[in-house]
Amino acid sequence: FPAVRLCSGAGQDVGRSCVLVSIAGKNVMLDCGMHMGYNDDRRFPDFSYITQNGRLTDFLDCVIISHFHLDHCGALPYFSEMVGYDGPIYMTHPTKAICPILLEDYRKITVDKKGETNFFTSQMIKDCMKKVVAVHLHQTVQVDEELEIKAYYAGHVLGAAMFQIKVGCESVVYTGDYNMTPDRHLGAAWIEKCRPDLLITESTYATTIRDSKRCRERDFLKKVHETVERGGKVLIPVFALGRAQELCILLETFWERMNLKAPIYFSTGLTEKANHYYKLFITWTNQKIRKTFVQRNMFEFKHIKAFDRAFADNPGPMVVFATPGMLHAGQSLQIFRKWAGNEKNMVIMPGYCVQGTVGHKILSGQRKLEMEGRQILEVKMQVEYMSFSAHADAKGIMQLIRQAEPRNVLLVHGEAKKMEFLKQKIEQEFHVSCFMPANGETTTILTNPCIPVDISLGLLKRETAIGPLPDAKKPKLMHGTLLMKDNSFRLVSPEQALKELGLAEHQLRFTCRVHIQDPRKEHETVLRVYNHLKGILKDYSVQHLPDGSITVESILIQATAHSEDQGTKVLLVSWTYQDEELGSYLTSLLKKGLPQSTP
Amino acid sequence: QQQHEDLSTKKLRLTKPSKSAALHVDLCKATSPADALQYLLQFARKPVEVESVEGVVRILLEHYYKENDASVRLKIASLLGLLSKTAGFSPDCIMDDAINTLQNEKSHQVLAQLLDTLLVIGTKLPENPSVRMRLVEVACKHLTDSSHGVRNKCLQLIGCLGPVEKGVAKEAESQAAKDVQKIIGDHFNDQDPRVRTAAIKAMLQLHERGLKLQQTIYSQACKLLADDYEQVRSAAVQLIWVLSQLYPESIVPIPSSNEEIRLVDDAFGKICHMVSDGSWVVRVQAAKLLGSMQQVSSHFLEQTLDKKLMSDLRRKRTAHERAKELYSSGEFSSGRKWGDDAPKEEIDTGAVNLIESGACGAFVHGLEDEMYEVRIAAVEALCMLAQSSPSFAEKCLDFLVDMFNDEIEEVRLQSIHTMRKISNNITLREDQLDTVLAVLEDSSRDIREALHELLCCTNVSTKEGIHLALVELLKNLTKYPTDRESIWKCLKFLGSRHPTLVLPLVPELLSTHPFFDTPEPDMDDPAYIAVLVLIFNAAKSCPTMPALFSDHTFRHYAYLRDSLSHLVPPLRLPGRKLVSSAVSPSITPHEDPSQQFLHQSLERVYNFQHLDPRGIQELLEFTIRDLQRLGELQSELAGMADFTATYLQCQLLLIKALQEKLWNVAAPLYLKQNALASAAAKQILEETYKMEFMYSGVESRQVVIIHHMRLQAKALQLIVTARTTRGVEPLFGMCEKFLQEVDSFQRCFISELPHMQGSFVDKLLDLMPRLVTSKPSEVVKILQTTLRQSTFLHLPLPEQLHRATANIIEPTGESDNPLRFTSGLVVALDVDATLEHVQDPQGTVKVQVLYPDGQAQLIHPKPADFRNPGPGRHRLITQVYLSHTAWTEPCQIEVRLLLAYNSNRSKASTRIPKSSWSESLEALPPSENGIEGTIPFSKPVKVYIMPKPARR
Repeated sequence: FPAVRLCSGAGQDVGRSCVLVSIAGKNVMLDCGMHMGYNDDRRFPDFSYITQNGRLTDFLDCVIISHFHLDHCGALPYFSEMVGYDGPIYMTHPTKAICPILLEDYRKITVDKKGETNFFTSQMIKDCMKKVVAVHLHQTVQVDEELEIKAYYAGHVLGAAMFQIKVGCESVVYTGDYNMTPDRHLGAAWIEKCRPDLLITESTYATTIRDSKRCRERDFLKKVHETVERGGKVLIPVFALGRAQELCILLETFWERMNLKAPIYFSTGLTEKANHYYKLFITWTNQKIRKTFVQRNMFEFKHIKAFDRAFADNPGPMVVFATPGMLHAGQSLQIFRKWAGNEKNMVIMPGYCVQGTVGHKILSGQRKLEMEGRQILEVKMQVEYMSFSAHADAKGIMQLIRQAEPRNVLLVHGEAKKMEFLKQKIEQEFHVSCFMPANGETTTILTNPCIPVDISLGLLKRETAIGPLPDAKKPKLMHGTLLMKDNSFRLVSPEQALKELGLAEHQLRFTCRVHIQDPRKEHETVLRVYNHLKGILKDYSVQHLPDGSITVESILIQATAHSEDQGTKVLLVSWTYQDEELGSYLTSLLKKGLPQSTP
Repeated sequence: QQQHEDLSTKKLRLTKPSKSAALHVDLCKATSPADALQYLLQFARKPVEVESVEGVVRILLEHYYKENDASVRLKIASLLGLLSKTAGFSPDCIMDDAINTLQNEKSHQVLAQLLDTLLVIGTKLPENPSVRMRLVEVACKHLTDSSHGVRNKCLQLIGCLGPVEKGVAKEAESQAAKDVQKIIGDHFNDQDPRVRTAAIKAMLQLHERGLKLQQTIYSQACKLLADDYEQVRSAAVQLIWVLSQLYPESIVPIPSSNEEIRLVDDAFGKICHMVSDGSWVVRVQAAKLLGSMQQVSSHFLEQTLDKKLMSDLRRKRTAHERAKELYSSGEFSSGRKWGDDAPKEEIDTGAVNLIESGACGAFVHGLEDEMYEVRIAAVEALCMLAQSSPSFAEKCLDFLVDMFNDEIEEVRLQSIHTMRKISNNITLREDQLDTVLAVLEDSSRDIREALHELLCCTNVSTKEGIHLALVELLKNLTKYPTDRESIWKCLKFLGSRHPTLVLPLVPELLSTHPFFDTPEPDMDDPAYIAVLVLIFNAAKSCPTMPALFSDHTFRHYAYLRDSLSHLVPPLRLPGRKLVSSAVSPSITPHEDPSQQFLHQSLERVYNFQHLDPRGIQELLEFTIRDLQRLGELQSELAGMADFTATYLQCQLLLIKALQEKLWNVAAPLYLKQNALASAAAKQILEETYKMEFMYSGVESRQVVIIHHMRLQAKALQLIVTARTTRGVEPLFGMCEKFLQEVDSFQRCFISELPHMQGSFVDKLLDLMPRLVTSKPSEVVKILQTTLRQSTFLHLPLPEQLHRATANIIEPTGESDNPLRFTSGLVVALDVDATLEHVQDPQGTVKVQVLYPDGQAQLIHPKPADFRNPGPGRHRLITQVYLSHTAWTEPCQIEVRLLLAYNSNRSKASTRIPKSSWSESLEALPPSENGIEGTIPFSKPVKVYIMPKPARR
């Protein structure tokens, strides 16, 4: 049975994704995330939970990372280098490429800016990455002899994957984060009908059904277009990876289509590197980009140029993507301060903003902001909110469950209250059991493991030849002897079993007496019985032997007169063990008596 | 041994060097299976004559029985199939043998191939039910084979050959009388997905062949929808669709409840469900089929666009609903506020159904799909459903408008076309119009033109909408000046559709002022013309509007009415005399005056019998001139007028030619005048080809007249030749040919002959017995008199007649910059042209390039270069490759479009089917009698080019 243990985080909570799966004796860790909200020990999962004594490498068979977001891979260097893990780490190629950039960025912010000590170093990130094995989509990777994993496309971000973990015939699918609706740069998640024993799915939007993306996109483009036509400037604060690329593609194609001339800028640094990877991993993007990249790689932006600080003061319309996304610091805040005073300008917040940030304040309608140095900033520019999120909504989650047809579902990465609703829905509509364990809780799921048994070809052919055509969809009954020898199971014919075990064959024979009221002579009774049986058992060979007995296949029937009552005839029915079925049928048939014969 | 073989070859050579013999020898010589296979492969490349097919088959069969290697037997089996496909060969003689081969075959692959061969044989013998029965019986026997390939073929065979009518089944009793449907249906649960697919396909095949499928398989088919394999699901979707069309009104129970619904609704729900299938092939299939399920009840139909939104378990309105609300509350274009889309009421958790089994949101999903193939299919389906249901059209509008911003151009284009098709049923809201108009800035010309086309036939609800449309169109005009024509046309329709909405805008648009005179706008400004086109077309049905015009507007009207008559309608303006206003009181309101004029003038012409020759000629000349002018003025009558004018022109030429004096004098003296008559004959021939092939809508009644005219021209030609040539020898051939043509004319148009009393051909046919026996000189004499005495045939006009026209937009021919390229290499010239009323442009339209040295080049554009933006209109966007040797200075070449025709195109529709199995047969000889030619139908455009000598 696979047991799922949730290492701290990711249970009924978002952030710090880390799931431990024990399946048929194998232990696999899924994701190794950190929590953005904490700055102390709580930011990383509690790895002592995995095993109290003994090294992690001995306990874990492998680690799988689903995608490069820090809440799924942020604790990886800590885990592998500081706690100590030397086993294989699996991720997709794009994740392997982008993950170290983000980790390095994260390290810089924590160590260099906040001055924390006791944090992983650049060298640790490098060392950690050396342990990573990259996998392709739909490639079955044999971790060891029994454990195999396979990656499926998950949408969400570049390189995000869902993983199927399989040992023998037991399997678990872990989705990581995924998106069932395609966007401008990525396709939709897809999984085959693999019928896993357990599906571990994220449930960020467990209680939301989203509107079509098109309206949002159209609104966004219209807003930008109108502002630019008016001669205003548009500021779009984004995080460097993920949504930023989607919006870039969106604007780029729009500019192309509409023949617009206003410049679009992208703040430099991290983004440029990331764009480079987007260019490389074209196969991971959506249909349109994949199909057109022969003519032109969509990520080689024609209209989007690198931003320079001095450009912010240029006259005329422009669009600027700047980091970070919540307007709490850095370039986006600088530009915001410059442009806030002009009502022609516009700021578009493409995502959620944490409370306390400038982004959150302006979104909630605050028009006067107090900046550093008691300076008051009056916001005259238009403030717009557009949500572009790449998680599956409730419908999407249900759709994935329908595609994969799991026997059990386990919800992680979401809020308890919302999960409750989804859980109820899943149980109601798919009739599968659904779990939502809390952090640190262990869930045990019973499976029906199938046990493979070897069968000799001769026996198989002989058995399938009997009866109607084989039908793979239906189980078929076979007769044979099960031999359990040297930890292996074999199904062999009885003769062979006897031979192998050196046993002699015993014959088992059943005999049964049936009394029939029939005043006639013995041979007449026999004839009647014979005719009766012949009439009923058309498909069997019924013979009347010269010695006065009847055979049905190999079953023998003899009739004698009762010693006391001549009117009662005794039918002796005798069959071997192998013919048990037919034999008992015959007796029950004869017990019903003969039909009243018409002379 | 060696000797013996030599002997046998010799012997065969003596009799006949036949294919079969050679093959036999080859096969005998083959030492190994690989060798034999090689021989067979070589043999397959050569064609086999019909006579020797049977012999070849016998030899192949002989070797088949001897052969031990399965691959060789396989090849032989496949050859048998190919051979029995040979045209003209009836394979019933080899059927028994083919069936016999099945008996002892062990290899599954060979078995499958043999069944395939039987299938070919069976399809070749459609009129032989007993043969078919036998084959089906054979197939049924092999259905229990353990190989999927064999079962597959069996099912295919049953599907293609199984009895369709019940009666036939009774005739041949035994097992084959078993219901084929049941046999096939049993294999719906086969263990192999390929066999399951084949079973469904066979069922569909039976349906196509006309067997009514039983409703009982519906539930079976529904189960197959959940199959693991996509081919099976895809085929099952089709089967369900077929059943839903067959039994739309039957009632089926809903499982897990005791309600019942119509079958078509149930099937619709199920197919909708497949729109979110895991495989895109199935999704495309499902989305496509949805479009043709028009009997579905509106309740289900409207669900497809419904997707209940929620956020944190609270009901949320879609952006569409919000937009509608904003619009109806009258405060359009409010900026988006934070939390504007905040969720409203709480939802009862129990009532939310996340995966509906019904049709819910199928189109919402389909239109958002990852693959553009699915999206296109969904748009098409929306279109078809909306055309049949106005209320659905209204509802799907929002979604279609959204598709205007799809990332793939094809999808955008498709949705614009779709919208155009359903535009009769809808009125655009202002916010929707806004989104539609935003697309006008698209850089793709196709998209913009499609959008103009759409705007031509949309209904706009408010005057702001009209204003908005005009502003956006003018913006488009400044950005893409080449769209001029298309925009004007668009505004013409916009104006004439919404006169009352334009009226209040007029002062603003013309920038008139009640007290002050405003400066006169520039007459050549395309934007100003665009505004005027809108206003004048609106004014046509709004008599109060001209009062708002200022003086110069009237002047501009007169100018535009003349220069752009197809865009500016005739108006009744105060204080101006107009042709139409003078005539209008007398005519009946429903009859167009110009149409009447056309008929009147034709009437006059047809009654000219009593006039003297001079008068006839004059009358014809006048009428032709009138008609030509009429065609220029009235675009809708242009085809009709031109057509008749051409016909009259032909008649005029004929009359003129016959009145030449030369006929009275001895031939050799009048060579010069002969030139005129023969030129006339030639021109008439050309004109008749134009009449036949350049107009769309020509019916057989007209074709007869045209052919008749052509016959007359040929007669004229014959007479002229007879008068000018010495000696009788060449005349024999010509006469014979002419008589043949008369004969074929009679054969082709036998049904029309009664209508041609007193005509040339009528008289000719009366004289036919005499003609056949007489000498050429006699014939000529008879022809001459008949030609003179024959009456002029009345040309009936069809309902709709349009002349094929082409207009080359690009190259414009105005550039002074020569196109330079190195001689010997090629340069690509972009050609962009609009074609109107051309049938089958892919086959007929050619581009001709004429070089200054008289060299002409004919280019066949690719079929993909033609687009079809609207009914009867085509757009050719192609590249022409030019090349020439070096010139010393730049020179102009001419580019024009030609319409290719083939005189027996209309008749010779039954082409000899190409035999597919050998390449050498494909080069068919060109059809004998067809006269192929081309008609130039566009103005030539000059392009300046300069091939430079290559530098060394």
